[in-house]
Order: sequence, then C-alpha cells, then structure tokens
Amino acid sequence: MAGKGTPLPQHDPQKGPGGGADFLTTRLETMVAWARSNSLWPYPFATACCGIEFMSVAAAHYDIARFGSEVVRFSPRQADLLIVAGTVTDKMAPVLRRIYDEMPEPKWVISMGVCASSGGFYRAYHVTQGIDEIVPVDVYVPGCPPTPEQLIYAIMGLQQKIQVGEKSRDRRSAKFAAEQPT
Amino acid sequence: MSVAAPPALSTAAERIRARLAQPPLKGKSAVVDADLPTIEADPASWPDLARRLRDDPELAYDLFLDLAGVDNLERPNSKSRFEAVCHLHSLSRNEHVRVRIRLPDASAPSLPSVCDVYPAANWFEREAYDLFGFDFPGHPNLHRLLCHDAFVGHALRKDYAAGQRWFYTENEMRTPEWARETGERAGHFETQTLSIGPAHPATHGIIHLMARLDGERIVRAETMIGYLHRCFEKMAEKHHWNQVIPYTDRLNYVSAMVNGVGYVRTVEKMLGVEVPERGQLVRTILSEFTRIMDHCVCIGANLVDIGALTNFVYLYQNRENIYSLIEACCGARLTVSYVRVGGLAIDVPPDFVARCQGLLDSIPKFLDDVEKLVTNNRIVRNRLQGTGIVTKEQAIAWGMTGPMLRASGVPYDVRRSRPYDFYDRFDWEIPVASDGDNFARYLVRMEEMRQSLKIIRQALDIFPSEGRVSSDDWRVVLPPKDAVYHDMESLIYHFKLVMEGIRVPSGERYEWIEGANGELGFYAISDGRGGPYRLKVRPPCFPNMAAFEKIVVGGTVADAIATLGTLNVIAGELDR
Repeated sequence: MAGKGTPLPQHDPQKGPGGGADFLTTRLETMVAWARSNSLWPYPFATACCGIEFMSVAAAHYDIARFGSEVVRFSPRQADLLIVAGTVTDKMAPVLRRIYDEMPEPKWVISMGVCASSGGFYRAYHVTQGIDEIVPVDVYVPGCPPTPEQLIYAIMGLQQKIQVGEKSRDRRSAKFAAEQPT
Repeated sequence: MSVAAPPALSTAAERIRARLAQPPLKGKSAVVDADLPTIEADPASWPDLARRLRDDPELAYDLFLDLAGVDNLERPNSKSRFEAVCHLHSLSRNEHVRVRIRLPDASAPSLPSVCDVYPAANWFEREAYDLFGFDFPGHPNLHRLLCHDAFVGHALRKDYAAGQRWFYTENEMRTPEWARETGERAGHFETQTLSIGPAHPATHGIIHLMARLDGERIVRAETMIGYLHRCFEKMAEKHHWNQVIPYTDRLNYVSAMVNGVGYVRTVEKMLGVEVPERGQLVRTILSEFTRIMDHCVCIGANLVDIGALTNFVYLYQNRENIYSLIEACCGARLTVSYVRVGGLAIDVPPDFVARCQGLLDSIPKFLDDVEKLVTNNRIVRNRLQGTGIVTKEQAIAWGMTGPMLRASGVPYDVRRSRPYDFYDRFDWEIPVASDGDNFARYLVRMEEMRQSLKIIRQALDIFPSEGRVSSDDWRVVLPPKDAVYHDMESLIYHFKLVMEGIRVPSGERYEWIEGANGELGFYAISDGRGGPYRLKVRPPCFPNMAAFEKIVVGGTVADAIATLGTLNVIAGELDR
C-alpha cells in the first residue's frame, strides 16, 4: 500500500520515459510533412450530392477523425485542404476560385466525384467541365458519388503525397514555366 | 361521313366550362379534357382567368403549382411556337387543373404576369423568362434566376445548343438595385447590406441571400439561386426515357428514390403500363425509408446550424443503416437508379423483409433519443418557437406543399388526397401543426417519420414473398438476359429498347406524388420518339425557397439561419 515514505520508481537520468534515448534524427521537412499530412483541415466545398456523402464520411460511422481530418473548417483562412464535393457550375466557378485563393499556403485540393473532376454526365450549358479549369487538383476521386471508402482512400493518398513533398500545382507551374519562350 | 360529336367532358371540366362561360372571358378560351381538365386561353385573358380561377368559390384553385414553358419548334403540328403551361390545385375541391396559354408571337413571346394573383408565380415566371425568354409585363423583378448573369440566349429553346457555355466572372454578378444603395435612417445607425452565401456553412447547398440589415433585424432580403443549375431539363430532352432516371436521382439527392418513382410513374401512365404488386410495394417501402432519411438530414442539419451537434450524429446513423438496405437492393448508397419504367432494375435480395424489420426496430430508438434531447430543450425552443412564421393563408399563396404547408395547418398530402400505389390501403395519419413556425415544422417532420414507419410496417405485412417486380411487357422492360441470348425476339426487343428507347405515345401528362418536402410533379411531353420532348419538374422546395426572402423580413439573421434549415431546401432540386 502506498503511503508516507513509499518510494516512487527511479528514473535513469540518461534515458527517456520509454526507456530508450530521448531524441530522434530526421529532416525538418519530413517532420513537417508528417505533421501536415496527419492534420489536414478540410474546407468542404459541398455543392451537391457528393456533399451528402462527405457528410457520411464526417459522421460517426466512417469518421475521418481517424485520419486527422475531422476539423472541418468553413472559413478558407483556416483550412488547408479544399474538398470540392459536387457539381460546379459556371455560376459557382468564380466563387470556387476565390475560396481557393483565400486559403493560406500550403494547400491541397481533392476533386470528389466525377462532376467535379470532369463535369460528369452533365455535358451541359451551365456546368464547368471539371474544376481543373479553375483550380489545380491534387487527387481526383471517381464515382457518382464516390463511396466514403473512396474518399478516405483519397485522403490517405494525399497524405502520402504530402509526405513525399509533391504538389500538383508546383509540377504544373514548373511545366508551364519550362514551356514559356524565354 | 358525319363529323364526330365533341367528346363529352368530365364533370370537373364541365363545371369549369360552365363557370367560365358566365360572364364570358375576354379573348378566346376553351376547356378540354386530357389527363387533367385543361383550359386553353389567350395571353390577354390570363390575369382575368387566374383571378376567377382563384376567387370563384365553385372553382377555388388556390394553390399555384407550376409554370412550364414549352417550345414547339420541333412539333410541326402545333398552333404556336411557344406555350406556357400552368398547373393549379384546389385544396377545397381536391382537384388539379391545367391552363395552357399559347403565345402567338414567336419572336417576342409575352404574357402578363400573375404575381399579384398568385405570389407563388413570381419565381416560376422568372425561370420561364430565363430559360425560354418569355416576357412577363407587370413582373416586379424580372431577372435571370437559374443561369448566370453573363448568359446569352435562352437555354431551353429547341434551337439552343445543349453544350453551349458562356464565360462568367465575379464582376458580372448582378447585385439587386436596393442592395447597392447605402440607406440612411434618422439617428446614428445606418442600414447595411449583408451577403450570406453562396459558400456559407448554413446555406444548405448553395444559396445566396442578400439582406439589408437595420441593426440585427432584416428589413429587406433577396435570395439568389441557380448556383447548382445543371440543366436537368435540357439533359432529359437529349436522352431516352430510361436514361433520364439517373438524372432524377440527383434532383433531391437526399431522398433520391422518391424522385425516380415520381418520374417513372409519369412515363408509366403515358404508356398505360401496370407495375406488379411486389414492385409497387418495394417502391413504397423504399420511398418511405427515403422520406425518413430526408427528414433525418433536414432536422439534423437544422439542429447543427443552431448549435446542437450531437443530434446530427444520432440522426445520421439512421441514414447509414438505411443505406445498407438500399445498397443491398441496388448496389448504390445515395443515387440509387433503382426504378425503371415498368418496375425495378432488379429484384430485392432474399433477406429484404428481415432487413426492413431490423430497421423498423432500430430507427425509433434514435428518434426517441433525439426527441428527448431536443423537443423540450430550452435553447431549441427559444430558437425555433415563434421564428420563421408562415400563416395558413401565406403558405397557400406562396404555393407551399409538404411539411411546410402541413405545419401551417393545411392537411394536404398527396398520399391521402390522391392515393397512388397502396397508400389508400394503409392506416396512417397526416401530422398537422397550426403554429406555422420553425418548431411546428420540426414537430411535423418528427411525426411524419413515425407515420412512415407505420406505413412500412403495414406494407411488409402484405408484401408478397415472391413474384415479379417489373412488368412483362417487353416493349417497355428489358427481357431477361438469358432470353436475350437464346431467343431472337427477346434480342430484338432488347436491341430496340437500348438503341431507341421506349416508344411513348405522343401526348402530355402531369403526374404528382408526395416527395419528402412536398408535391413532386413531373410534366412530360412526348412526341413519339424514344425520349421526352419536354420534361418539367415541379420541385417542391422551389416555392418554399421563393418565400424565404419574405419570411425572414423582420427577424434577425440568426432566425433566418434557423428558418432556412426548416425549409429543407435541396439545391439539386431547387436549381435542377
């Protein structure tokens, strides 16, 4: 029984709580990328049916909290992942661009569903034929709407992409710069 | 050969003719019988006709349901290029009527606005102006509604190319006249204009509200929609009858099954095809489950907006459980594409009844939990009671249907007023509230979910354990795959259906059912080809949303957010 005069466990001053050495070596970028990829704060640009499936992913059953992405922000200033869930029309397109521009760096974009990716089966007079007309996209998710598993897979894919430090936007702008006449 | 006598009119049409004959209407008019009694009128006589249809106690068509433009360019035998087709409903007589107004001038189609008679006509007229270029002299705010402001041309005219888009930037957005002025008022305060949306967490889907605020009170507001206008009606004209079904799922994507049922019922009526009992019951059961899902999201999202997050998780779990049932039936969770003209795509799984029973057992517990958390919660009551009030008269004038109308004290439910499938055999009640405020709408929806469970329970009792779910008319329904491989005749039917679509006889039809948020109507015109010549949806949340800018005036911004949640506006259906 613990009481007055009971000694507490003794620490080895050279070792950490786990018993090993209390440090690790890595590169700063790797460390930052690890932290970023596991705390993606999504801005759900939920326009249509895919928005309902996004709700499923955020609700208790599928629970994206398991991937560190449950902090859904409705202010672009506080988000670093733009999930475009649903059809984007020409009327909405300028709004999407503005929201993308308002997000702070670094930022990533998931295009959820075929409408956002390519216009889907709305080959029509008022529908943007893919959001990559307006913003750079990191991960495209097929499906109409994609199942929650597919969206989770996309988030995991994006996490890997962030951990290796890859961004579609950089690649595209580098390609663009290379193509410009000097 | 003698000339055939004109066919005798139904009693309803005969009564309309008699009432309109004395005193006679200005201009030419006629009453004919089709699927509905149809009045044909001149543009000049339309306001007078509308007023008499509404005010005559023998007619009393008080609910303005729909206004559809029609372009007859590709229908050579028509009398005029453009027509406006209105559908009205009489609550006291429980009858629909159609009014067809032929617009003689093809270059500048025009008909007088009836906004002063039927306030509900406001947005329908703007829509017809936008998509068909009809002019409505006398309309208070005739601007584009669905297409963006830099759009050129009128998209639903037959000579407009379906894929023609127009460049649009933020700078071209129309701001209402009044929102640009800086209003000054005596004293220290100045009114200010607040723009809420289109990307705002509380504007379910994408809706844009411009509000003029005096302190925290809204003194004037205008709603702008069309941010999800994805051209459903134009797309329908470009596809076969069965190919339209996936598009209907994406109208009200929160309760996709009901839309499909409403649409195929219209086509089945035009064809005269009967669906076997088992197929009808599957449709009924799944429609009612979908209604529960819809109300769950409506209530859950509304409560999230006013700060009660927990309930959303409880209510959403119902959805997940129902998704499992729907997935077992057709393989999709949300956008089901399960119905077909003449029946269903495939039969239900063998454990269908057991799965339904399981849901019937699990759903009430979630509803009880939410009821315990919410119904007597003081914060919820403060936020919802006495806000967003719609009186009975207003609800009717604004063309509301569904839970909105029932929460204002009008027991109008299509499942009761014009029972389809098996609804007349079931024992259930229409929940009605009298306050017309946000809390009344919450209560009505909660009770409707329990009534839906009651309907499902009875439907399962009479559910036949075997039998066809689709008609066996191979001119409409695809023959079984096995027969297609081994039998020449089936192969031909299959080929014809896939390549050319169902041949629906020429004609028109308006069919309506009770969607999750009101009367869901489909007005279809066929010219005998494999696809619709014109398909107009009567979206139930469209009149609700049109009234929003009037409901919120006088309340605070916070009340407006609470009200928007109870309107249950689904952008896919609103903007189509």
